[in-house]
Amino acid sequence: MTDHHHHDHDHDNHFTPIEARVKALETLLVAKGYVDPAALDAIVETYETKIGPRNGARVVAKAWTDPAFAERLKADGTAAMGELGYGGRGGEHLVAVFNTPEQHNLVVCTLCSCYPWPVLGLPPVWYKSPAYRSKAVIDPRGTLADFGVELPEAQSIRVWDSTAETRFLVVPMRPAGTEGWSEEQLAAIVTRDCMIGTGLPSADDIPVAA
Amino acid sequence: MNSAHDLGGQMDFGPVQPEPDEPVFHGEWEKRVLAINVAAGAMGAWTIDEIRHARESLPPAQYLSASYYEIWLAALDKVLARHGFVSGEELERGEALIPRKEPKRVLKGEEVPAVLRRGFPYERGAQGPARFAVGDRVRTVVMHPQHHTRLPRYARGKSGTVERIVGHHVFPDTGAHGAPEQAQWLYTVVFPGPELWGRDADPASSVSIEAWESYLEPA
Repeated sequence: MTDHHHHDHDHDNHFTPIEARVKALETLLVAKGYVDPAALDAIVETYETKIGPRNGARVVAKAWTDPAFAERLKADGTAAMGELGYGGRGGEHLVAVFNTPEQHNLVVCTLCSCYPWPVLGLPPVWYKSPAYRSKAVIDPRGTLADFGVELPEAQSIRVWDSTAETRFLVVPMRPAGTEGWSEEQLAAIVTRDCMIGTGLPSADDIPVAA
Repeated sequence: MNSAHDLGGQMDFGPVQPEPDEPVFHGEWEKRVLAINVAAGAMGAWTIDEIRHARESLPPAQYLSASYYEIWLAALDKVLARHGFVSGEELERGEALIPRKEPKRVLKGEEVPAVLRRGFPYERGAQGPARFAVGDRVRTVVMHPQHHTRLPRYARGKSGTVERIVGHHVFPDTGAHGAPEQAQWLYTVVFPGPELWGRDADPASSVSIEAWESYLEPA
């Protein structure tokens, strides 16, 4: 919403129709005491700055470097991410699925937009789009091609349709060329898409130090 | 219900189009819809399945042309009015016109971190043992209910294998419609691609769904 031509009086005609509708709804719910404006701000701040794919990247990097943690993550994803302080809304029941040379994993929610919020944050627009939700289950290899990902023909693809409150986190295979890297270095190459299954990590993706 | 939301296997939506360096939100209003959705949900008047059903029962043309936050907003309007918190005229004008209905609770700013961290677990104590065991062959039922269900059309009447017993979870099909909460055993059931898509399938693919016990019969 633009504030630059706000003067001493409020006039809504600089809002788009959807902005005006949302503004009206928020104003109404606050006026009637149904929502606390401080709660709204805290929720936005949480998903803008605290909960996002860096959380999941930490989980994956730890699984790559700590075999005992990887075993616990396999056995009980909810408890294992809890060890790192992650969990709760939109990820009450987490299952970590590990890519292997034999099987790649791909996560979708064909019916809505279920996504592991505590470890990946809010889903990107494409994850919620009809294009992805329709195609992932019937044409997983074609879906990966849309992301520029090509798997060996011998590697099968397992698609996980999130039809319940179970949420899935893909643990990709640790790429070659990362021997001896620290957990922090490893986490830096684990992208959101790697953890949905529409990407693969690469040792070349290490961000250049500023 | 067989509405536009049940997208698995539909065609011609074009390639998936990831946005490079996508921001978390595409505008201030999306932030507010997210926050209102979470905070209004915390009043405890509706279940997650009721609001899912409110989203998926939007007219199909609207559902498919709206952005996801627009879908959330439209569903919020519906459930807020349905539960008597607001009227259509109030939504229209953005001002209070009817008396306030006392919600079960109002989420306070300082409670947000703990409430989000705790979440809303869906596992419930079971009265009896699970009907199916890991490795059992099962067939999903064929049904086309008017009500909410989490059994997608592409996976109805299909044979698969129970891979995991997830737990005893809240059952969405009834919970979406105001019935007292019920729970059922929930399973991960995996289907080979060709079972779902026939000769058009990638033979090296498989798909799993999370299926409640009443979606399944012994194969």
